[in-house]
Order: sequence, then structure tokens, then C-alpha cells
Amino acid sequence: MTSVPDIYRILPEFILTLTGVAVMLIDSSLPPSWSRRYLGFLAAIGTTIALWASILQLEFPQGTGFFQTVETSAFTVFFHVLICGLVLVALLLAIDTLPPHTHHQGEFYALIVFGAVGMCLLTSAVELLLVFIALEISSISTYILAAYRKQTGRSPEAAIKYFLLGSFATAFLLYGIALVFGATGTTQIYEIAHLAPTAQNHTLVIAALALMLVGILFKVSAVPFHVWTPDVYEGAPSPVVALMSTAPKIAAFALLLRVVYEMFPDLRSLWAPLLWIVAVLSMTVGNLAALRQQNVKRMLAYSAIAHAGYLLAAFAGIGEVGIAAAAFYAAAYAAMNVGIFAIITLVAGYDEQLSLIDDFRGLVYRSPLLGCLLIFFLISLIGIPFTGGFFGKFYAFTAAVGGGAIALAIIGLLNSGLAAGYYLRLALVAAQRPLADQPVPRKPEVGVAVGAALLLAVIATLVLGIIPGATLDAAQSAAHTLQAPPAATTSPTSAASPQAAPLQSPQ
Amino acid sequence: MMHAIDPIILTLILLLPLAGAILVALLPDRAKLPNWLALLTSLVTFVLTLHLPAHFAYGQTGFQFERNIPWIASPAIFYHVGVDGLSLWLVVLTGLLAPVGVVASWKAIQARRKVFYSLFLVQQTAMFGVFVSLDLMLYYGFWELSLVPMAILIAMYGRKEGPRAALKFFLFTFIPSAPLLVAILWLYVRTHTFNFTDLQYQTASGVLPAGALFWVALAFLFAFAVKVPVFPLHGWLADTYNEAPVALAMVVAGKLGLYSMLRFHVGLFPAQAHAIAPLLIALGVIGILYGACLALVQRDFWRLLAYAALSLFGLIVLAIYGLSFTGWSGAVFQILSDGVVDGSLFLLLGALEVRYGTSLISSYGGLAAKLPRTASYFVIAALALIGLPMLSGFIGEFIILSSTFAFVSHGWAVAAALGVILGAAYMLWLVQRLFYGPESNLASSMRSPDLGFGELSILTPLVVLMLVMGLAPNLWLNSIQTGIHPPQHPTNVISIQKPQASTKISVILSEPANGGRVEGSAVAFSRDVAPSLPAVPSLARVGTHEKQLASASGAHQ
Repeated sequence: MTSVPDIYRILPEFILTLTGVAVMLIDSSLPPSWSRRYLGFLAAIGTTIALWASILQLEFPQGTGFFQTVETSAFTVFFHVLICGLVLVALLLAIDTLPPHTHHQGEFYALIVFGAVGMCLLTSAVELLLVFIALEISSISTYILAAYRKQTGRSPEAAIKYFLLGSFATAFLLYGIALVFGATGTTQIYEIAHLAPTAQNHTLVIAALALMLVGILFKVSAVPFHVWTPDVYEGAPSPVVALMSTAPKIAAFALLLRVVYEMFPDLRSLWAPLLWIVAVLSMTVGNLAALRQQNVKRMLAYSAIAHAGYLLAAFAGIGEVGIAAAAFYAAAYAAMNVGIFAIITLVAGYDEQLSLIDDFRGLVYRSPLLGCLLIFFLISLIGIPFTGGFFGKFYAFTAAVGGGAIALAIIGLLNSGLAAGYYLRLALVAAQRPLADQPVPRKPEVGVAVGAALLLAVIATLVLGIIPGATLDAAQSAAHTLQAPPAATTSPTSAASPQAAPLQSPQ
Repeated sequence: MMHAIDPIILTLILLLPLAGAILVALLPDRAKLPNWLALLTSLVTFVLTLHLPAHFAYGQTGFQFERNIPWIASPAIFYHVGVDGLSLWLVVLTGLLAPVGVVASWKAIQARRKVFYSLFLVQQTAMFGVFVSLDLMLYYGFWELSLVPMAILIAMYGRKEGPRAALKFFLFTFIPSAPLLVAILWLYVRTHTFNFTDLQYQTASGVLPAGALFWVALAFLFAFAVKVPVFPLHGWLADTYNEAPVALAMVVAGKLGLYSMLRFHVGLFPAQAHAIAPLLIALGVIGILYGACLALVQRDFWRLLAYAALSLFGLIVLAIYGLSFTGWSGAVFQILSDGVVDGSLFLLLGALEVRYGTSLISSYGGLAAKLPRTASYFVIAALALIGLPMLSGFIGEFIILSSTFAFVSHGWAVAAALGVILGAAYMLWLVQRLFYGPESNLASSMRSPDLGFGELSILTPLVVLMLVMGLAPNLWLNSIQTGIHPPQHPTNVISIQKPQASTKISVILSEPANGGRVEGSAVAFSRDVAPSLPAVPSLARVGTHEKQLASASGAHQ
């Protein structure tokens, strides 16, 4: 067996860290009057390299590094690519939409990149303490970013709400980790998976699972842990919302997959019904609340809650089917959600004067490109075929039906009918003729960076909707590696021997 | 007789409007360029659809021009398209109505023509896709896709309350497709296939639990019934007709849902369709009468047309759930006839609305003297709709009524016939109020030109078609019958249920398909099998008895 140097196991995270540090150092050494815009491009380039490095990791045999704390496998690569892609889009979006005189603009980019480090690490950590650290890295960056529009009252309010509730939820997670350590004597996920079924104090394990679920479900904003979402999304700057409604959520979903499918597969009879209930609640509450919103960002916040519910429906699927469906849904959700937030950012402007639904009236006439793209992403969110949103729902509900949760699939699909109501309302308002007495707002400008970001999102949504095969294969091999982790309790040197064959390329 | 283009013809028909849509979207909106491009695309597509009947092997049952390529490996979704006698002419009809739609929008659509015509062409692709898809997932894809351009166009170009009508239309038709998707997924999880023919055998074989199959079939039916719409699910229809641009109103209702009922409900779940047929027959007849009565009291001609459509669709639903081969032939023929007739009526009323700016019937009157050409075309189309002999509507109505009389019950046939008479009343009254009587203020105050060259060049073929369909229906009926007859895969059926049921059907099957006198053969059926409804003329099940049928028919003759 060829041993892989440990550093390769965290190559993307390493590159991202270097990028972030470089951005901060250059930012502080530039004269205050110089534009910081190009630091954004630097960050974007670093993220692209990290993305490439993630794909490169497929070349190594699956295994762990740093004393079995981080793993590289098709699973981690899948989520790394997704997260790096999202961060890239968010950076490109920020480059064109941040006002030129924003304070600490360099830090803004650096914080996004540091957040990405945490999110990537969250998906690849197989040691619960590292999981906790990664979660904190990613959360702290997002707390600060949420407060960035500090001229208005709403932004710091959102940040403080997010920070207090988020810390509280993380405490739950930490408590769960402590209990699981108490029950099994270890915090290494493979070992827990091995020891948990035979743990003497079974109640402790169940309590640990419950507490960890609370912590993670808060991060994915599932009902009943969703209350923070609309306020935070409404208050935070739009480019930040584009990031935080996708990347950290997806990282948290990866963690959830790891916890339930890898760490506690034997407790399926406990967590599956729980997630069933949370899925139904999330979809229904999210959609019903979204129907009543007047502010587009709040509406999309509730829609994000509902989508978390659809994704949780995939967890009703058994084994690899469920994991693959969840991973695919995460990709589809990421593509369309980051796209729609990019458009909201452009239309509403950084100062968000135009964030009511009625402000979008006549968008197709005002700016045909943005109007049509808005409708396109809304169609994907509704789940119309030939878009990513459709196949996401399709796989999620196929997994649910396959796992015997037909009621869940029916509730989910009826919910997507309900959701069509508010998505379509926005689409139709945008397609309507502008009122005669409506003040003509400024025409949103689509710069090069934003154009590239939008193009990425559109292509991803279309590819996932028309030729989902490649992504699905990647999701399936990700699911496969998660279901068959390297032999856990053996020594690190022989750990990877049965799985020493190079990972399949996602293609 | 194979032709080089045969394997890709359906793909071409699907892709050409899409390519046209992209072209329209990319080129500038200048000097009617989008109009001409859309017209050109739709005409070329129509010519391509004509290839199908020209090279169709008429004696053959089963699917032709088939193409079956893997699209997604898991779940196994195939790009599987093909036409049989059932869908053949529906594809051609869709092709024919596209240029009609473009001409109807020529003057009506002035702003944002690019958006209008590109979405119109996307809609075209979606409709073709519904008719030719033989993979359930592909079918579902096109089915859903057909909603989107429609909803956006209604919202953008609606007359007054566009967005409200669009939302109503979309939700009414989108929500029932949720159970439809679950039903499709359930079938897939159980059978591991989306292939229509495979599924047909699976549902007929009795492998699937009957209780669950009942719900699955109901989910299919519900989605289709809303789309048709069947009474009492017609809530969206009048608003949509009232608001939608003419080109879309003429395709929004009816044929997609009716075809789907025939292919994917009756065709896929014959036993379940048999169980629920009495309900559908009752709803169909209620729809006929209810629609006709409401049409009588409408003040707006779009709303009148909406309720007239409800009434006509009720008749077709009655024919489909009468579950007789004759009735099915009549149903498909009637869909074709309605398409042509409704298309002409929409075009003419649209022309009136563009000229006079209102759809209120009472504003009109005495137009025949000023617009003689409009009046005479309108009268012909109205008569075809009513079912005057020698025009297309007569054949369909006659076959449907006589098969109802023979196979369903005399009472329902009488009630349906009453509805048809009411249909004559509202249509003729509409003609009288629009074109005859004293000249209204509006008509005398405005000078409007009669039908122009563009409108005439599209209306004349339609009117000729009504006449040809009325005089030589067998040009269509023969191929429709091959589509309705059982597919020839007897070996694939695993078990046979109620074999004795199909001996009676053999009488129908054994009738020479080219008989030339469909009316006559319908009467002959009534003599042979009138006493009882043939259990279920299931496509798959009858297929098992191919050989027995052949011998039975020999004996019969």
C-alpha cells in the first residue's frame, strides 16, 4: 500500500487557508484608498484551485489522515466540489455587487474563504472534535458576514440573533458529542459506529443522537429549529445570503448523513421516524409561511426551509439510495438557490431598496435577461422537468417511496404544488407589464463576475436537469464510500487495505 | 417501406420548434422578424408531421417510427418515442394548429413578440412530447413542461386579469400532477420500468396488488380529468379561455388530457378503468348538459366557447369510458374534429376581438353585411361544431352517440343527445347575435376590414378539412382503429383474466376495419353485443387472444 502524505488529505482546506491568509495580509498592506475589488478575484482563483485540488483527491486511495481525523473519499470530494463551487459563485457575486467604498472589503472576501475552510472540513472530518471545530470555523465566519451591512439596524440584529441561537445549537451538538464519548469512550466516528451498538449504556447513546440531531437540524434550518432563518436572511447582505443559504447548509447535511448513516446506522428505527416528522413539518410550515410573505428574501428563506424538508425526505431511503438522493438534491438545491439569490442581489441592490415582491413587477420588461433567468430558477425551484429541481425531488421521493414512505412522498409532492403558488406569484409578477405610474428603478447592471456566476448556476441547473447521469454516478459512489468506511478498529496502517483501490472517478 | 428519415422524424419534430424558439430568442425583435420565424418554424414542423401519415404502415398495430435510447441509467429512464394509430393524427393536428396559432397572434400580439413566440414554440415541443412519449418519465416531463409557457404567456398577455388566471390554471393543473408523479414512482419501484408497453403487461398480469393499483389508477385519472377538464374539475377553464391569448386558448384544454386518458388510464389500467367507468360516464353526461346550459347564458363569447368546450369534452369522456372500440375511434376522431373546428372558431373570434376590441356578445350584431367572409366561415365552423352531416363534427358525434346507445345505456345516450341539441341552440344563437339582426352601434360606428389574405389562407384549408373529414372519415378512422386494436405481443402476458370476456370483443375486432361505413358497423355492433357491456376491452388482455380472435372472426363471418 502506498501511503498518502497527510497533507494531501486536507489539500483543498490547506489551499483555502493560504488564500484567506494571503487576502488578509495583502488587504492590510494596501494603501486605504486602493480598490479591494481584485482581492475578490484572488480569493476566487484560490477557491478554483481548491476545487481542482478536491477533484485531484479522487486520485488517492480512499483513507484517513492525521491520526484518523480526516477522510478523503468520493463522499468528501462530492461535497468539497459543491462547497467550493458555491463559494466561488458567492465570491463572484460579491465582487460585482459590493459597493466600492465598503469598509473592510478585503476581510469580507477572506471571511468567505475561511468559512469555506470550515465547511469543507466539516464534510471530511471523521473525528467529532474536529467536526465541532470545523462547524465553529464556518459559523463564526458567517456570523460576522451577516453583520456586514452595519449601516442598517437589521443586519447586526440578524447577526446577533444568528450568533446567539447558533451558539446555543452548537452547545447541543457539543453536549451530544460528550455523551457519545461517555458511552463509547471515543470520538472517532468509525469507532463509535463499531462500539455504539454494544455500548453498555444504550440510553446515553440515544440521548447523544438526539442532542446531535438538534444541533445539526438547527444548522440546516429544519422545522422546529428554523425560527432564525427568515430574520437572518432578511437582514444579512444578499451575497452573504446566497452563500449561507447554500454552502453551510449543505455541509451540515453532509454531517447529518455521516451521523445517521455512518455513525448510527443501527438506530435507524429511531432517527428515521424523527426525520420523517421533521421533513413533513419543514415542508409544510416552510411553504405555508412562504405563501404569506411580501419580502422576497423572507419568502425565499421559508422556501429554503421547505427545501430542507424535501432533502430530509431522501433520508427515508434505505442505505445508499437515500444517501445518493440526498447528495443529488443538495447539488440541485445549491445550483438553483445560489442562482436565484444572485438575481435577487442584482435586482434589489446591495442597499436592498427593492426587495418586496411588487418591486419585481415588470422585471422581464426592465431587464429581459434577469427576468428570464429569475423565471428559470423559479421553475427549477417549483420542480418542473428538465431542470435540476425536478430530478432532485424525483430522486428524493423515489428514495422515499423505495424506503416505504409513500405518505411522505405524497405529502412532499403536494407541498411542491403548494410551493408553486408563491414561486409562480413571483414569476408572474416579474412577467407582468410594469404599471404606468410605477417609478422606473435603475436597471440592474450585470458585470463580468456576476455574469460568470449566473452562467455557472444556469449551466449547473440545466445539466442536473437534462443529463443528471454523471452527477448521480458521483452521488452514488459518494454514497457507496459512506456506507463502506475503511475498517475502523484496525490500526491506521492497515486501515485502508480492503479499500485501497483508487476511487472511481465520478464520471 | 422504410424511409431514411423514419428513425429520427419524431426527434426532428420535437427539436425543431425548440430550435426555432432559441433562434427567436436570440435574434432581434425587429420588423415582425419573430412572427415570420415562428411561422416558418411551425410550417416546417407541420410538413414534417405530415411525413408520419405518409409513411405510416396502416395495416400494422403497435408503435411505429420508434426510437428507444437510454437517457439516464438509474433510474432507467429512456428517450422512448413512437406513434401508433392513436397518436398519429394528434401529432399532425398539433402541427397544424401551430401555424394557425401564429396567424391568430399576428395582430393580437404587439409587445414583447420575442418572448411570446419563443415560449409559444416551446409549448409546441412540450405538446408533441406528450403525444409521442412512450416512457412514463419522459411523458411526465413533457406534461409538466407544457404548463410553464402556458402559464407565463397567460400572465404576460392576459386581457385583464392575466396573472390571476395564470395562477389558477397552473395550480389547478400542477397540484394533481403530484399524485400522478407518486403513482409513476410507485409503479417504477414495483416494476423497475417506465416503459409504457412493459407496464401495460405488468398491470394486466395481476402481479401488482389490486388495492394499490386502484389508487395509482385514480391518481392518473385525476391528473388527466383536471387537465381535460371533466365536470366538476373545470374551475380553471372559463377564466383561462377568457384571459389566454387566442393561440394558446385553442390548445390549452382537451386533447392532451383526453389522449392521456385513453393511452395512460384506460390503456394502462383497463380493470380499474372498467371499475370507475360508470362514474366517468355520469360525469361526462353531466358535463355535456351543464356546459351546454351555461354556454346558453354567457355574455362573453370566450366564456361561451369555454362552456361549449366543457360540453364537447364531456361527450368525448363519455365515449372513452363507454369502453368500446367504436366509441374510442369516435373519441379520437372527435378530438381531431374539435381541434380543427375550435381552431377556426378561435381564429375568427380573435379576429373580431382585434377589430372591435371587445368580447361582449351584446356589442355585436348585424356584422354579416359588413364582414361577409367572416360570417360565412364562422357559420361553417359553427355548423361543423354542431354536427351537421357532411361536416367533421357529425361523424364523431354520431359514432359516439351510437356506441353509447349500443354499449352503455339508452338513457345516457338520450341525455347526451339532448346536450348535442342544446349545443346547436347556443351555437346558432351566437351566430344570430353576432352576425344577424339589427346592426349594433359598435358595428356601425367602426369600419373594419374583412378577413385578410393571411387569415383566409389559413382558414380555407381548415374549412376544406372539415368538409373532407365529414365526407371521407375513413381516411382517419382506419388508422385510428389500428391504434386502438391490441398490440401484437401475446407472449409477454403472464396470466389471463376472464378469458371469456374477450370473445364478445372478437365480434368488434372482426369487423373489417376498412368497412367504409362506420355508422353501419356501429349499428351492427349494437345488434351483436348490445345486451351487455363487454367486460373490459383491455388492450393487453385482448392481445392474448390474437389467434383465438382470428379463428373466432372467421367463424363469425
